[in-house]
Amino acid sequence: MNRIMSIALKGERIAVRAAAAGLAMMLCTAAANAQTVVKWLHLETDPRYVAIWNDIAKKYEADHPNVDIQMQFLENEAFKAKLPTLLQSPDAPHIFYTWGGGVLKQQAETGSLMDLTAAMKAKDNTWEKSYNPAAVQGLTFNDKIWAVPMKMGTVSFFYNKNLFTKAGIDATGIKTWNNFLDTVKKIKAAGIVPIAGGGGEKWPLHFYWSYLVMRDGGKSVFTAAKNGEGNGFLDPAIIKAGDQLAELGALEPFQPGYLGTTWPQALGLFGDGKAAIILGFENTDANQRNNAGDGKGLAPENIGRFAFPVVEGGAGAATDTLGGLNGWAVSKDAPPEAIDFLAYLTNADNERLMAKAGMLIPVAIGAEDGVVNPLVHESAQQLATSTWHQNFFDQELGPSVGRVVNDVAVEITSGQMKSQEGAQMIQDAFELEKF
Amino acid sequence: MTELSLPTTILPSKRGARVAKSGNPLARGRLPVLLLFLPPAILLFTIFVILPMGEAAWYSLYHWNGYGSPQQFIGLRNFQVLFNNAAFTQALWNNGLIILVSILIQIPLAIWLAMMLAHRIAGVVVFRLIFFLPYVLADVAAGLIWRFVYDGDYGLFAAVSGFLGVSTPYVLADRHLAIYAVLAVIVWKYFGFHMMLFIAGLQSIDKSVIEAAEIDGATGWQKFRHITLPLLGSTVRLSIFFAVIGSLQLFDMIMPLTGGGPSNSTQTMVTFLYTYGVTRMQVGLGSAVGVVLFVICVTLAFGYKRIFMRND
Repeated sequence: MNRIMSIALKGERIAVRAAAAGLAMMLCTAAANAQTVVKWLHLETDPRYVAIWNDIAKKYEADHPNVDIQMQFLENEAFKAKLPTLLQSPDAPHIFYTWGGGVLKQQAETGSLMDLTAAMKAKDNTWEKSYNPAAVQGLTFNDKIWAVPMKMGTVSFFYNKNLFTKAGIDATGIKTWNNFLDTVKKIKAAGIVPIAGGGGEKWPLHFYWSYLVMRDGGKSVFTAAKNGEGNGFLDPAIIKAGDQLAELGALEPFQPGYLGTTWPQALGLFGDGKAAIILGFENTDANQRNNAGDGKGLAPENIGRFAFPVVEGGAGAATDTLGGLNGWAVSKDAPPEAIDFLAYLTNADNERLMAKAGMLIPVAIGAEDGVVNPLVHESAQQLATSTWHQNFFDQELGPSVGRVVNDVAVEITSGQMKSQEGAQMIQDAFELEKF
Repeated sequence: MTELSLPTTILPSKRGARVAKSGNPLARGRLPVLLLFLPPAILLFTIFVILPMGEAAWYSLYHWNGYGSPQQFIGLRNFQVLFNNAAFTQALWNNGLIILVSILIQIPLAIWLAMMLAHRIAGVVVFRLIFFLPYVLADVAAGLIWRFVYDGDYGLFAAVSGFLGVSTPYVLADRHLAIYAVLAVIVWKYFGFHMMLFIAGLQSIDKSVIEAAEIDGATGWQKFRHITLPLLGSTVRLSIFFAVIGSLQLFDMIMPLTGGGPSNSTQTMVTFLYTYGVTRMQVGLGSAVGVVLFVICVTLAFGYKRIFMRND
């Protein structure tokens, strides 16, 4: 027994010595680097854009040798599914992508996020003031700022100028919803597919429903609905919007088989000149090029753009915009370096750099001149004069209600559901979520 | 060290003694093996199977979005929502349809092909390989390939109908046709697997029985009906069992093909779980689907084994 003990003790001593040596070695290397790791989770798939971020991170690391920025990638759907678990684990990313809206609010309410208000408002609101106020406002809940804005976008109609000429249409004449319906009829009569629609992914069609709700009801109706006030989603204006969408759907304006078409395919159709119109993001020009069959798509001169038309008698204005607002949220245990890096990443210089690459419409004040593409510039202009910028409905309403909105938009468009039923379904989902 | 090992040495000896008294001569030899090999298996099984199942059952009683811990207890409301959901009813119906098609089309097809390919003729191995290939393919890859085949703009269907001069059907975008398109892919994908089972079954049938029947003047059909099929019985029952369980778990081929659409017409229980539970962050509702699926699977599996596979 004693012998065993002594051997064990000896072993222990050796182990302790080895551990101490190891620790010393680790401390030495740590002292040499003394690095704080900032884990940055994104979902950008375009290698050119990732390269730009990489360069920005490298520059930052060069200026701050004690910081190590580690970029991590997750695919869009995987990101959304994995984030709740990830955020509550010790491996939570310090910085991660956000669309604002209901999801960000949920994350904030469960205490997974760092409150950025103090940092933004420090030194007489210096940091906050460096962004477009609407962008910061969109990421603020309960008077607290929960994310750093990076980009803003808006959805609008893009059209193929050649096809419009062929059908004898002047796009500048499209001011109202009825003008738009007439346009669709005319294009169809000319033997051209009027609109490229991505019904397979559902959300591309929810833009129509959203915009019609905004044009019919205006800000007050939608705000009341999302806050559960008044008639909620059963407001007459919202039901009217659905009826109008059904009216559009009845014209069969989309390419055949649009219910199975993915968004990239829809962009490809538009890029190949097989459909005259697409309701798309600010960077539709680049998107259609990337997805066109020949890899070139339509020449930028051949693409025109017009805002979603107003509805006669509707409460919304033509200058109200629907679109994205994206930024970076910070998890609650992130080191202060993460916040410092975000300020650097979204400063005017870097935002200009990203804008120049066609990546985004910047939110940093002073970076507007980075937008060089004329079509993106038009979108940026519209955003700058926006009277009400509304985040995408499916983001704003959170994942469970938002996806029902997407479902309903597709069903109404394809004539499978009456507007009233659809509104009721959304209201049901909303109430289920609330209680 | 010694203190720790004490209870473990006492326990087995006690139990060992008891078992030995009961007169089982093998017990003494088996016990150490049991004690050595059972705990790791039980531990893994508990952590990765029993616990998650229990957790799912627990979550299914809550309204929970995955953040924090579940706190909003809502009783059986998730199940109520589930059975009132048209998409879930559709998913249940589709699962039934898939099982039906598997049994009525896929398995007879597999038996028929197996009958032809069970003999040792030149070139038979090549055919077996060709028919088995779809099964080897990853489900997602198969889904993507068939999505292209069915594509009405650029796919094979478009090319064929263009050649024939008829208008292209957009099968995956048609809510009445899409499920049949999916069923065709399922049959295509899995018949090879069942065929292989049947070939193995056929090869184990004693040739002298068939020979005897031939001498007695049995026709081809009579041989099949009264000799081959009964002797293949256990394989058929096993094959149906695999088909049923596989059908219930169908997911990864449907996602790239249709994603459950259009209008939820191709939803199965698992794709429903993913679309409504995971992507909508309704962990409670998703867990409820899991519980329903589990109950159905267990009932079917044990019921089937009890009734049909008793003697196999």
